[in-house]
Amino acid sequence: MTIHVEGHPITAREGDTVSAALLASGLDVRRATAVSGAKRLPYCMMGVCFDCLVTIDGVGNRQGCLVPVAEGMQIDIQKGKREIGK
Amino acid sequence: MSQLRDWTLVDVIIIGGGIHGCSTALHLCLAGLKPVLIEKDYAGRHASGVNAGGVRQLARDVAEIPLSIRSMGIWENIADLVDDDCGFESHGQVLVAENEAELADFRARVADLNARGFTHEELIDGAELRRLVPAVAESCPGGVVSRRDGAAQPARTTAAFRRKAEQLGAIIHEGVPATNIRKDGKLWRVDVGSERYAAPALVNAAGAWAGHISAELYEGVAVETIAPMLMITSPVPHFIDPVVILRGRKLSFKQFKNGTVLIGGGHLATPYKELNETVLDWRKLAESARTVFELFAVMRSATIVRAWAGIEARMPDDIPVFGPSAVHEGLYHQFGFSAHGFQLGPGAGAVMAELIAHGGTQTPIGGLNISRFSKPTPSATA
Amino acid sequence: MSAVPKHENYDVVVIGAGPAGLAAAEMTAGFALSTLLLDENAGPGGQVWRAINSTPVKSEALLGSDYWSGAEIAKAARDSGAEIIHRATVWSLDRNLEIGVSVGGGSAFIKAKRVIIATGAQERPFPIPGWTLPGVMTAGAAQTMLKSSGLVPDCPTVLAGQGPLLWLLAAQILRLGGRIDHILDTTPRANYIAALPHAFAFFTSPYFGKGLAMMREVRAKVRVTSGVTELAASGNGKLESVTYVAGGKRETLPAELLLLHQGVVPNVNLAMAAGVEHRWNELQLCWTPVLDAFGNSSIAGIAIAGDGAGIGGAQAAVWRGRAAAGSAIKAARSNAKVSDVSPQLRRAERGRAFLDVLFQPAKQFRIPQGDTIVCRCEEITAKDVLDSVAIGATGPNQLKAYRRTGMGPCQGRLCGLTVTELMAEARGKTPQEIGYYRLRAPVKPIMLSELASLPKNDEATKAVVRG
Ligand SMILES: Cc1cc2nc3c(=O)[nH]c(=O)nc-3n(C[C@H](O)[C@H](O)[C@H](O)COP(=O)(O)OP(=O)(O)OC[C@H]3O[C@@H](n4cnc5c(N)ncnc54)[C@H](O)[C@@H]3O)c2cc1C
Ligand SMILES: Cc1cc2nc3c(=O)[nH]c(=O)nc-3n(C[C@H](O)[C@H](O)[C@H](O)COP(=O)(O)OP(=O)(O)OC[C@H]3O[C@@H](n4cnc5c(N)ncnc54)[C@H](O)[C@@H]3O)c2cc1C
Ligand code: FES
Repeated sequence: MTIHVEGHPITAREGDTVSAALLASGLDVRRATAVSGAKRLPYCMMGVCFDCLVTIDGVGNRQGCLVPVAEGMQIDIQKGKREIGK
Repeated sequence: MSQLRDWTLVDVIIIGGGIHGCSTALHLCLAGLKPVLIEKDYAGRHASGVNAGGVRQLARDVAEIPLSIRSMGIWENIADLVDDDCGFESHGQVLVAENEAELADFRARVADLNARGFTHEELIDGAELRRLVPAVAESCPGGVVSRRDGAAQPARTTAAFRRKAEQLGAIIHEGVPATNIRKDGKLWRVDVGSERYAAPALVNAAGAWAGHISAELYEGVAVETIAPMLMITSPVPHFIDPVVILRGRKLSFKQFKNGTVLIGGGHLATPYKELNETVLDWRKLAESARTVFELFAVMRSATIVRAWAGIEARMPDDIPVFGPSAVHEGLYHQFGFSAHGFQLGPGAGAVMAELIAHGGTQTPIGGLNISRFSKPTPSATA
Repeated sequence: MSAVPKHENYDVVVIGAGPAGLAAAEMTAGFALSTLLLDENAGPGGQVWRAINSTPVKSEALLGSDYWSGAEIAKAARDSGAEIIHRATVWSLDRNLEIGVSVGGGSAFIKAKRVIIATGAQERPFPIPGWTLPGVMTAGAAQTMLKSSGLVPDCPTVLAGQGPLLWLLAAQILRLGGRIDHILDTTPRANYIAALPHAFAFFTSPYFGKGLAMMREVRAKVRVTSGVTELAASGNGKLESVTYVAGGKRETLPAELLLLHQGVVPNVNLAMAAGVEHRWNELQLCWTPVLDAFGNSSIAGIAIAGDGAGIGGAQAAVWRGRAAAGSAIKAARSNAKVSDVSPQLRRAERGRAFLDVLFQPAKQFRIPQGDTIVCRCEEITAKDVLDSVAIGATGPNQLKAYRRTGMGPCQGRLCGLTVTELMAEARGKTPQEIGYYRLRAPVKPIMLSELASLPKNDEATKAVVRG
């Protein structure tokens, strides 16, 4: 299936979580923290660390490692504090 | 300080390590007295460490306005007093009128305050309201602003008062309750675990537990235990500076520098005072969430990171009991702040120290005396 | 299978569909108690049997027979009559057994007569310099990707730490053709001696044979360095190298992926937020709830089963789930014939003490120093914490007056144990005396709109709101 990362289409496998699909995509999917802007990638993949926070279909701060991919999903990488409406 | 057999004799015993007890301890030290502060948990464990941090003169009962103004002067130079700015920021507090009827009430209120010589509250029209709070709904016709108001970090503030008091010589006793409070001739005596303190003056600053203490001393008043709730969101981009209060919908909120938004407004949890616990009422919090969602579209996809409640004392008339006892010499009350006592803490401590050290104060506090409640039970021990 | 709860009231609500929760729900439903099983994952299985119904790795041998044994228990739960909801995150539980759960973008409140918390374990924090760099992950994270997506490392990879799961993961990665360049074993040498008195029980436990075979399998294929006493990750914006000290010698390895693991600890957030009493466990170096033999906690009606009750492993989790279920059934129907599972539970727990002692992580990997980040969310270092202690912070809650440790979205899950031990050491107190964060609901952040039970777009409210 296809999902979109910052507008780029990538292929994901049914049953993948958003984080797994992002990591497998080969794209630079590092987010920037809200505190210092440091770069992060998912750390625990089981819902504990919150380093996988992404914007999914316009809704921010979702735990990508807990959300299964769905056809046509729009993913945005979070850069610092979320922007309004993102 | 001297040993009286196994008693430690001090000038003042303070029961309760909230902002009030800590502030009184600090100001007593500044007045050259030696206090002991007894806190059953740790300083700031209850209301004083977990409140919304609102430093507000706005919308107060006229009886406590002088104390509030006195406090405000201290807040504005708080670092001079406690060597820590306590996170205090002054961006004003705004009371929003959601309709013309509310605005008319506010207009009357401000006129009344002006007539009494208080000028901190200022009526504003829709345009000024939207300048201060750009995200507010178009339908709101105006409001009231108190421009010097603001917010501080409650746990940090209480810790700073505690620390400074200790540096200036106060004995701080945490983790054990004060029990067996009694008067023996001219001295108050209190047990703290295996230790014993005696002093000519006793301050009851025990927050939600203060009613038990005053009742034990035959000066019982109806102190209700309440547990106001708050919730905080994940960081969102900066969109608001002042603290915003809506009266009709029980909502207040504030955005911090790190982007998180604190949502409160008076909905209550169930307190379990003996367990030091509260059980939140999520249906009520959902109401607050709904109001925020409706009024501030920019918040609609924020997440709630945490919610909590603090155990607080409330009086039937929603203003504190403050000043000397009506029955006992050397007993002073400082409790019942009814969910708005954080701002009052610095000033109340200063005034309390004046009462104890000099027997009087220039700050009018008559309306807050315990004698306003009909017939405290007559004393058996005094 | 995935919808909002059908009812507002249940006899039993089981939280977590790992081994403990599946076994418990199957049993209470089997005794005709109305049972709701909630889990935030997309399918049943918990950590050990993750993606049991959906894994793309179909070969029996690759994941091992322990893994596939989960299929049967998952099926039994599905057929038991219990209502099972996945992608349902329980974010609140209180002493009145009121539960707040978010499912499908909305929130529901339900009430239970009994609650069985089976929320399992998480990996112990492993705070080394550079552990927040992209490219540093937990071994469990790699295992999750392997089980759920069939993904294995294909770049220069270092696996570091200790414990049975480390070797299991290494074996699984290698069997699937993944790449591991080097294993850095941090098991303190002194632990081998300390563990000896417990060795007999272990040698006669089910773990022994399997564990040994797995270590041999891995050692035959990957370079292993034991006795590692220091570990650091470095790189600019992403992991580039791993530095370690073993036998007094410092070495640096190029690496793009560092997988860390030093055991698992109970996931305490929900139970603590509900007010369940926990105590510091000197052996497992974590907080464990105070429970009776059936898992009943200090709060009437709340039981805890599985690794959340203290680490016992998957088999023990199953039997703890059944013990808790038995107790719930007895409470509802005093004449019900529930068999005593304590012999099975005892057998499953056998050998645990040996593992606990052998794999007790070394102090330097639990209590970091200097600029090493302690709180990942708020980016607070060990030095920051110690500075606050020096000016008056006495415990984790008091620390909040100085630093935002534990106040970020992970709610202390990755800094709590570190902060407790760090402050305990600095103040010369025991972790029990120092205490833990006072945890609060929501135990997982919930969307404001979810709480308000409002749609995510604002069409409905546009009329009254300024955009
Ligand atoms: C959620 C919430 C939000 C609030 N928001 C605001 C706000 O924005 N602005 C504002 O101005 N006010 C606010 N308030 C109110 C404010 O927090 C309180 O009025 C104020 O902190 C009261 O301080 P205190 O020192 O009287 O009480 P506390 O902080 O409750 O301190 C009393 C202390 O006495 C101790 N004690 C009791 N009995 C004994 C004993 N026998 N021996 C030893 N110790 C004892 C207790 O452990 C306690 O720590 C809020 C309150 C809450 C709960
Ligand atoms: C990352 C990781 C990998 C592991 N891999 C293995 C392995 O391969 N083999 C092995 O023997 N042991 C493994 N373990 C050890 C494991 O803890 C136990 O063996 C076993 O899984 C414990 O079972 P349980 O039922 O107690 O909990 P778990 O299996 O952990 O199940 C807990 C369940 O609760 C759910 N949950 C948690 N919080 C909430 C909430 N708030 N709302 C809703 N649902 C919630 C989780 O989604 C999870 O499905 C692993 C542990 C971890 C942390
Ligand atoms: S990767 Fe840790 S919470 Fe998602």
